[in-house]
Amino acid sequence: MAIRKSKEDKVFDIINYSILFILVLIIIYPLYFVVIASVSNPDAVNSGSVTFWPQGVSFEGYSKLLGDSSIWTGYRNSLIYTTCGTFLSVITTISAAFSLSRKQLFGRNFLMGYFVFTMYFSGGMIPLYITVNNLGLYNNPLVLIILGMVSVYNMIIARTFFQTNLPDELFEAAEIDGCGTFQFFLRIAIPLSKAIIAVLVVFYGVAQWNSYFNAMMYISNKEYYPLQLVLREILLQSRMVEPPTTEGAIVDLIERQKYAELIKYGVIIVSSLPVLVVYPFAQKYFVKGVMIGSVKG
Amino acid sequence: MVKASKMRQRKDGFNHTPIWKRLRRDYVLYLLVLPAFIYIFIFNYIPMYGVQIAFKEYMPGLGIEASPWTGWDNFERFFASPDCGTLIWNTVILSVYQLVASFPIPIIIALMLNQCNSIGYKKFVQNVIYAPHFISIVVLIGMMQIMMAPNSGVINTLITALGGEPIFFFGEEGWFRHLYVWSGVWQSTGFNTIIYISALAGVSYEMHEAAIVDGASKFKRILYIDFPSILPTAVILLIMAVGQIMSIGFDKVYLMQNSINMPVSEIISTYIYKKGILDTDYSFSAAVGLFNNIINFVLLISVNGLSRRVSGNSLW
Repeated sequence: MAIRKSKEDKVFDIINYSILFILVLIIIYPLYFVVIASVSNPDAVNSGSVTFWPQGVSFEGYSKLLGDSSIWTGYRNSLIYTTCGTFLSVITTISAAFSLSRKQLFGRNFLMGYFVFTMYFSGGMIPLYITVNNLGLYNNPLVLIILGMVSVYNMIIARTFFQTNLPDELFEAAEIDGCGTFQFFLRIAIPLSKAIIAVLVVFYGVAQWNSYFNAMMYISNKEYYPLQLVLREILLQSRMVEPPTTEGAIVDLIERQKYAELIKYGVIIVSSLPVLVVYPFAQKYFVKGVMIGSVKG
Repeated sequence: MVKASKMRQRKDGFNHTPIWKRLRRDYVLYLLVLPAFIYIFIFNYIPMYGVQIAFKEYMPGLGIEASPWTGWDNFERFFASPDCGTLIWNTVILSVYQLVASFPIPIIIALMLNQCNSIGYKKFVQNVIYAPHFISIVVLIGMMQIMMAPNSGVINTLITALGGEPIFFFGEEGWFRHLYVWSGVWQSTGFNTIIYISALAGVSYEMHEAAIVDGASKFKRILYIDFPSILPTAVILLIMAVGQIMSIGFDKVYLMQNSINMPVSEIISTYIYKKGILDTDYSFSAAVGLFNNIINFVLLISVNGLSRRVSGNSLW
């Protein structure tokens, strides 16, 4: 541009860039700290001398962590729950959203009302708990895959997408060519909606990987614990246990705390690894999803 | 034009087809929506039916229907209990504090990002500030405890280096609300800027050019062009957030609770969990939950009406 920057604007730019830079530091530092603490000597970390650079590089935490079977069981469980849950969720959501996006559907408004109402009113925690129990799903790992299968919010996003990207004319043209509804869904709608499928995969996948609440409610067998519950035990419960009474219990408690101190940094890194790996991809589609969602459906 | 009128006829013709014919013609569409329909029925509508236990003395052995009715007993017990006032207060205050602290910041950051001339720098900042959104709550609180530990935490190291006394953040009830709210700001600010940034992208550049020609500085342009153009979005989001004041989430509060901060950290949802699931006082808990849900529902409906009147925008 030909217009020269005024002095005022230059000052503005400097302040603007600096504040944003400080913001970046505030966001990044805790994440960075966990990384350097995870490869530092545990004693140095505990004495508070690790601030900007790793001290006395040691991989003791990671090696302990490798031998911890509860973490790996949790990891495996979470991978299974996330993969199956996301797969199921995306299929159900996409097909329902496609159906509800078609204007010719008789009873479309009723069906939308049926779904949307649940966003505003629910039976609550206890009636749901009783329902799940009555279905015999308590302590059944299936519950973690099934619960949260359909998020009405995500369904509305997908429906908005279909409404704006699959015009009725397209459907009519396909129909004239002898294409049935199901064919149209499978051969035309799905291939044209890779973007929204990616959005849904990311939304459901990240939520599923990070959730602990359903597992805490419905799973009592530790074999079925997802990673987040294992993490909760390691990160948050080592210091909240009941006061020990016997000498053996005290020793045990101290041992547990020492162990937790040692592995907690590594465990944060390892547990966030899958999210970290998909982050560039996930970030892009999260943004896209929020934008589609902000257009009223 | 001819084509368009034909289309209209065709669509009109659609609607005059008898219902049973339409049902038969579109059976595939119904099949596609069926799984979601069944899921919602089982996990949302059956529990709504089950909410009647709030008016009963639910006994697992008898089931929902056979349990004896008790009328408003459970509600009366809740309102008469000394916890009631504290719980509602804790819930509202935490929620309002969170709203006040976390609402304006994303707007400011979005306005600042929008004025970044360097696309690379803007992208870099965005990439960083979205990241905390992907961290799980368990890890977030684990990290807070690490950073704020009384002896070894970085924050206390900094405080003592500056000559202050170390603070036991998790061991003082006064800190609970600040920790809850500001860690939430840390985690979600970046992500909440997305919606404003996309609204700002819609501002026409001609308006800015005209303002530049007239000698408006960047700051003036933010104040008189950018800010007014995202104001409608902000108003809607604010109204919606107010509608959710009483539905503050369970997950994070529960993990942050300990015996010391309990007087301020016990909110309605954590109370329901403890009374209902841990103490198996199902009916009482269901009553508290129903009370909370009805307030949420009424709040949302009224706020939605308000939003429609103020901005012409509403959720339905």
